[in-house]
Amino acid sequence: MNPTTETTHTSPDGVFHRLGPLSEIPIGEARAYAAAGQQIAVFRLRSGRLQATDASCPHAGGPLADGQTDETIVICPLHSNTFDLATGTSPSGAPPLTCYPIRVSDDGIIEVAVGQY
Amino acid sequence: MTTITSMPAQRQPTEPPRQHLVVIGNGMAGVRTIEEILTRGGASLFDITVFGDEPYGNYNRILLSNVLAGIEDEKEIFLNPLDWYRSNGIRLHAGVRVTRIDRYAKAVFAADGTAVGYDKLMIATGSRAFIPPIDGVYQPDGGLTPGVFAFRTLDDCRQMIAAARGHRAAVVIGGGLLGLEAARGLQNHGLDVHLLHAAPTLMNAQLDAEAGQILRRGVEALGITVHTLAMTTAVLGDDAVVGVTLADGTHIPADMVVIAAGIRPNSELGAHAGLDVERAIVVDDQMRAVDDPDIYVVGECAQHRGEVYGLVAPLWEQAIVLADHVTGTNPAATYHGSKIATKLKVAGVDVTSMGLKEPEHADDEIVRFVEPKHGVYKSIVIRDGKLVGATLLGDVRKAAFLIQAFDRGLPLPEARLEMLFDLGTPPEAVGAAELADDTQVCNCNGVTKASLVACVTSGQKTVSGVMATTRAGKGCGSCKTLVAQIVEWAAGGAVERDESADWYVPAIPMDKPTLITALRERELRSVSAVFDALAPGGQEDAGSKMALTSLLRTVWGRDYIDERDARFINDRVHANIQKDGTFSVVPQIAGGVTTPAQLRRIADVADKYNIPMVKITGGQRIDLLGVRKEDLPKVWSDLDMPSGYAYGKSFRTVKTCVGLEFCRYGLGDSTALGIAIEKRFQGLESPAKLKLAVTGCPRNCAEALVKDLGAVAIEGGQWQIYVGGAAGAHVRKGDLLATVDTPEQVITLTGRFLQYYRENAKWLERTYSFVPRLGIDKIRAIVVGDSDGIAADLDARMQQAIDAYTDPWLEGRDPATPGQFQTSLPLVELPKVPMR
Ligand code: SRM
Ligand SMILES: Cc1cc2nc3c(=O)[nH]c(=O)nc-3n(C[C@H](O)[C@H](O)[C@H](O)COP(=O)(O)OP(=O)(O)OC[C@H]3O[C@@H](n4cnc5c(N)ncnc54)[C@H](O)[C@@H]3O)c2cc1C
Ligand code: SF4
Ligand code: FES
Repeated sequence: MNPTTETTHTSPDGVFHRLGPLSEIPIGEARAYAAAGQQIAVFRLRSGRLQATDASCPHAGGPLADGQTDETIVICPLHSNTFDLATGTSPSGAPPLTCYPIRVSDDGIIEVAVGQY
Repeated sequence: MTTITSMPAQRQPTEPPRQHLVVIGNGMAGVRTIEEILTRGGASLFDITVFGDEPYGNYNRILLSNVLAGIEDEKEIFLNPLDWYRSNGIRLHAGVRVTRIDRYAKAVFAADGTAVGYDKLMIATGSRAFIPPIDGVYQPDGGLTPGVFAFRTLDDCRQMIAAARGHRAAVVIGGGLLGLEAARGLQNHGLDVHLLHAAPTLMNAQLDAEAGQILRRGVEALGITVHTLAMTTAVLGDDAVVGVTLADGTHIPADMVVIAAGIRPNSELGAHAGLDVERAIVVDDQMRAVDDPDIYVVGECAQHRGEVYGLVAPLWEQAIVLADHVTGTNPAATYHGSKIATKLKVAGVDVTSMGLKEPEHADDEIVRFVEPKHGVYKSIVIRDGKLVGATLLGDVRKAAFLIQAFDRGLPLPEARLEMLFDLGTPPEAVGAAELADDTQVCNCNGVTKASLVACVTSGQKTVSGVMATTRAGKGCGSCKTLVAQIVEWAAGGAVERDESADWYVPAIPMDKPTLITALRERELRSVSAVFDALAPGGQEDAGSKMALTSLLRTVWGRDYIDERDARFINDRVHANIQKDGTFSVVPQIAGGVTTPAQLRRIADVADKYNIPMVKITGGQRIDLLGVRKEDLPKVWSDLDMPSGYAYGKSFRTVKTCVGLEFCRYGLGDSTALGIAIEKRFQGLESPAKLKLAVTGCPRNCAEALVKDLGAVAIEGGQWQIYVGGAAGAHVRKGDLLATVDTPEQVITLTGRFLQYYRENAKWLERTYSFVPRLGIDKIRAIVVGDSDGIAADLDARMQQAIDAYTDPWLEGRDPATPGQFQTSLPLVELPKVPMR
């Protein structure tokens, strides 16, 4: 169902999964991917910074890639819990999200480290 | 191997070294005490470490009843979010259980291997649910049988809510406060609930037989089946509950069982450390364990002068004494025990109880009033001219007076009846001025009149500021009016309006008119430009984006610069997000009038895309629910109908009745006018939803009196226009704006009123708040009488907005952004909503 085809490769930093071209994500928005059996939301902030977290809200499974963001937080679209994009903690008191290391390869592909690395 | 860290603080050479305070228990008493310590300058005296078994910041446990009942969202109940700990320099080990205290090494050891040394230790471990020895409650591995629940923590509550979804019948064991709340909560989830209570009387700790009987009737009226004298002997079912058996052989089928049979203090840690433990850890009048001056104990795990408390009010008093003592602010502070008066709402019934429920001595006086039919019960017990007990059920208007009389031993009126009723003689209204200083105003957060007044005197001059600082009113909220009165009284009329309350969005310090002027003057056309230019430090704020998008579209119409990230998801994909991440699609069916061809198309689409539910809405149209995000463009194109905007803060529907053409009473062509209005104003963004109606005669079949705007045809070919009506979360009859002669005039005034509302209402302020805030007379003067000379401008700007309309569903053919309709939960099997 998901358009993403993922490939992995190892680098000195561990196993990074290639998700897709950065140009797939509009500025300020997020898209969801599957990598290593995990659902990952990748946020492209207005400053250009990327953040990756679990795609599903720990509160009741809301799709976080459909949420609204600023430089620090994402607001879940279902019940408006907030999560710190850098740490995954929830200022509104929901259980925390997992955050994943993320980078862009030289050929413009988003890569995220999931699982053992 | 564990090493003990003693947490060397970053000391300034001149400051005395800070001591290390370790707190075990991150609950209501522990954290409240830390707050009291911090207000006494504790941050410069102590480095604070907190261990909490629950993986959260401190939350208001009392409100779990509301969370279970679905009245409150769980995020509303947090008192101290994780940020609070960080910003106060408190080290929190959340989700970490302390397993041992070593008093000789002065250290505590936790389950995750952490070991921390302390100078002062505070035990605030609270209680846990008591699980009576009933067969089948436990599994062989020691865990509760699946389907059996305790009711103590947020996790318990979440699990119960999850279980309630799939289940039909629940048994609640225990007819005290907690059991009644659990029963009520589960019943709200549509379960068939049986409440089992071993004693003959519900809430027998607080109520006598007669009052218990009245409460029982109230509870039964809710549809809960009550069994008293019911001893549960077994829970049936091996890996899933199927029912319970009672001692008399009765069998009650159920697929979940909640045990609310009392609580037991968590005092084992203290006992193993060699502290004196009876029913709980025994403390002296300074809240210290009797055999160790460096260990304080507070909350439900403390036993003081033989009493162990199970309600929050006493904990607040304990916290103050403890903080006074440990910080040295008042080394002579002593706790004398608490007189408990409780005001509760149990399963929808107001209950106030204090002291004795029945006379104990031969010469105790009792005054009692019972009116079972109306669910009212009042009794007071008087000894030597002093109030020693009172119970009120159903009618608790005299509670404030009785609580004061009980607390302070006030002299009582000779006509005892005055204590139960207002007989017109002594003014009962205990107003802000008369209220004694130490009266607890907010029972959820333990805030007294004196602390509210102190907060005002120290410079807080706004009601919301005082509420934020003291937390008064932040629990169940029932005291908010009184808090506002006290703040006004204390400020002697100098209450300041909370400035930020007038800001249009939290990120930009401007009210709406100022902001609109700034947008126009500085030509700000996109949300990011607004943040850059007007937000302090240029800071973006996620929570302000949606409101700014709406305002920019209102101000600039076509010339607004669209930034998709500034829209809420519904407005990015023009559909309403559902709980499983799918969307609902509501096509426009103007005035509720459709055609066989449209219905056929809708039916075909529903078949083709496997739509789980097709529903006639309360807005006279058809909702296709559970559509996958990726299917939206195809669904729209196959429907070939414009969007009904059921997802936006925008103009929604115009309900109509059949009216003139078919109805024998019809006075005006309501259907034609409704359709004309809906077509004209379709999709208009506004501060909040707009729902209208047009009805063909005063019988009002289209409910025009309770709409944001409603038109009613009356005798003589005229139309009445009502505004500010509501029948959702609030019910309000609209105010008559004008009576006009033609349908065209209805359309003109509708447009002008809507434009005035769009430009002047606060974000999310429905007309039912907006109209009474400004007053119908003022609105009528401006909109109908043109008192401000702006009618023509309003009409012109409304026309611009109408001209800017395009059907958003056309975007399906040509997506606005890459992946606009890509699913955001890639691995989940959708839809999760049931197929019908
Ligand atoms: C579909 C519908 C229920 C139905 O099955 O009939 C509905 C569904 C929702 N209503 Fe409603 N309301 C529906 C008619 C109403 C009505 C009746 C009416 O329109 O005549 C009312 C009372 C009238 C009113 O609004 O004053 C109504 C008062 C509310 C309220 C309370 C608003 C208030 O301030 O009083 C909310 C909550 C809110 O807006 O914050 C709400 C919110 C919602 C939301 C949008 C909740 C949400 O944010 O997701 C529901 C969306 C469900 C979904 O996932 O699609 N809905 N809702 C009705 C759609 C009508 C339509 O065709 O557009
Ligand atoms: C559903 C419900 C409704 C209620 N309604 C009311 C009401 O209407 N009015 C009223 O006055 N009271 C009410 N109460 C009671 C009130 O919530 C308690 O009196 C109050 O929470 C007690 O505070 P506490 O700090 O002593 O205990 P708690 O709030 O239970 O806090 C103790 C904390 O310590 C933690 N802990 C325990 N052992 C350890 C350990 N070894 N290591 C680390 N952490 C540990 C626990 O996990 C817990 O988080 C209600 C309680 C419940 C459950
Ligand atoms: S449709 Fe309306 S009333 Fe029904 S659950 Fe949703 S918001 Fe509540
Ligand atoms: S699912 Fe995210 S806040 Fe509820």
